[in-house]
Amino acid sequence: MEKLYKFLKYTFIILWTVFIVAPFLWAVSTSFKDFQSVNSKVTYIPWLDFEPTLEGWRVLVKSPARGGVDIVEPYFNSIFVTCTASLISIILGTLAAYALSRFTFKAGFVRNNDITFFFISQRIMPPIVLSIPFFIFLSTIGLLDSLLGLVVVYIVLLMPIAVWIMVDFFNRVPKELDETALIDGCNPYQAFYKVVLPNSIPGLIVAGMFCIIFGWIDFFFAFILTFTEVQLLPVKVVALNSSITPWWSLSASALISVAPLIIVAFVVERYLSKGNLSGALK
Amino acid sequence: MNFKHKYVFLFPGLFVLIGILIFPIIFTIRLSLSGWNSYTPEMNFIGITNYIRLFTDDPRFWESFFRLSFLSVSTVILQYIIGFALALMVWREIKFKRFFRVIFLIPMMTTPVIMTVIWRTFFHESLGPVNDLLGHFGIGPILWLSDPVIAKFTVIIVEVWQWTPFMFLLLLAGLLSLPKEPFLAAAIDGASSFRKFVYVTFPLMAPISIGAIIIRLIEASKIMDTVFVLTSGGPGTATETSSFYIYIKGLREFQMGYAATLSFTYLVIMIISLTIIAKVLTKLMIKE
Repeated sequence: MEKLYKFLKYTFIILWTVFIVAPFLWAVSTSFKDFQSVNSKVTYIPWLDFEPTLEGWRVLVKSPARGGVDIVEPYFNSIFVTCTASLISIILGTLAAYALSRFTFKAGFVRNNDITFFFISQRIMPPIVLSIPFFIFLSTIGLLDSLLGLVVVYIVLLMPIAVWIMVDFFNRVPKELDETALIDGCNPYQAFYKVVLPNSIPGLIVAGMFCIIFGWIDFFFAFILTFTEVQLLPVKVVALNSSITPWWSLSASALISVAPLIIVAFVVERYLSKGNLSGALK
Repeated sequence: MNFKHKYVFLFPGLFVLIGILIFPIIFTIRLSLSGWNSYTPEMNFIGITNYIRLFTDDPRFWESFFRLSFLSVSTVILQYIIGFALALMVWREIKFKRFFRVIFLIPMMTTPVIMTVIWRTFFHESLGPVNDLLGHFGIGPILWLSDPVIAKFTVIIVEVWQWTPFMFLLLLAGLLSLPKEPFLAAAIDGASSFRKFVYVTFPLMAPISIGAIIIRLIEASKIMDTVFVLTSGGPGTATETSSFYIYIKGLREFQMGYAATLSFTYLVIMIISLTIIAKVLTKLMIKE
């Protein structure tokens, strides 16, 4: 019985691992193919099934004028928008979360929990509902098709995540910590900055990673709110999907776009195994 | 502790969020009462005409809504079952524990649209590997993207691949934070693994499970990217979700007024149904 259970368990784990890895392996293989090896029949292993070429990777850095794809600029745009919006969301979200965790607010029937819920509930908002008014809003103030406009929109997407994680985290940081600091003569800002914040680094890292993930993977707002001046990575890659599909450069650009965040998986796992995440994610 | 300073902490975030959101919401409500389209692109006032049209003469929206409910509920159930199973498997000591944990997390770090582009080549009906491999066993070719029924399952497969890791992460973080005493007590009583799960692990995990399911349902109800790239709502309208339908009405046909009506109605339905689901789940899973 115990043996059968163990067998089933490992079978399941291995099957799931294969399922997760399969699209990546396929993409890696496809990125080295040429027109012939994509379109004649299905091929898998380089040298054995087809003659590998670097063409799919080379076009990524060529300028569009010379038949390239040029994903370098969208890459930096994506990094800029994601990091700026994450940073602003983390700063504002952490301050708000600290207030909601430590002080009591009362305004009519509104209590702390209601304010927290208001922040988090912004995640319910489907992107499509916001995209049409944002389109008109940003074009009125002249921020359509600009990086700054996207940063503004992404703050709405990311701040709820920062507040969600940090409120729970601060609830676990003992109140005595700031109380002692206050008795020692700190004002509330110093208590927060010098005592609470240094003790909240794991929470801040987790919140930061989640902001970066959800900023980096957004497609829809970038798709609706930018056109030619500014392009983000996902929009650029998806644009390759149309017309005659060059599967090789498509696969290469897809792989290079998802690569940076795979490092995040290692960081998340590290925090998980050290037990820091359990507090931050409940 | 009560200070004037507390507002200094709260207000920047709160007002930035309200400041960014207040215009879109008021604007959507106002727009929904107008007949703004590509022929008359102006904010006229036509009362509740749009709402009447939606509730009496637009079966396509309601179909897309039920389709969305089916897709999001079924993917979240699958994600919960698989995510919980995976979390239990790498919770305690097994070989290569940390390796598998990283692998199980990876899909949620990848951009859904970009991976969907890869999935689209993966499920390509004549040049993709799935049909090719199945062909060696004499199965197929299966019409992954052009059969109205199978296309739904393809969307589910991709969604499960993408988001099971998130469920896995939340549940594993929960499992790792559980107190040790109840498990010791169960071990002393000589409870079997199965009984331990039913009477100790599952009840302790109930609040965390509810949180994880609701978070995932909120995110799943926004399914859009996957459908957009994988099937574009097709074949026909077989995989068209509410968001995608609103997108077609608003930004392809430029019926802005009507799209705003759809948006607002959709948002209200979403908030109400998610609140009800949260209440029901809490009742079902936490028995005091």
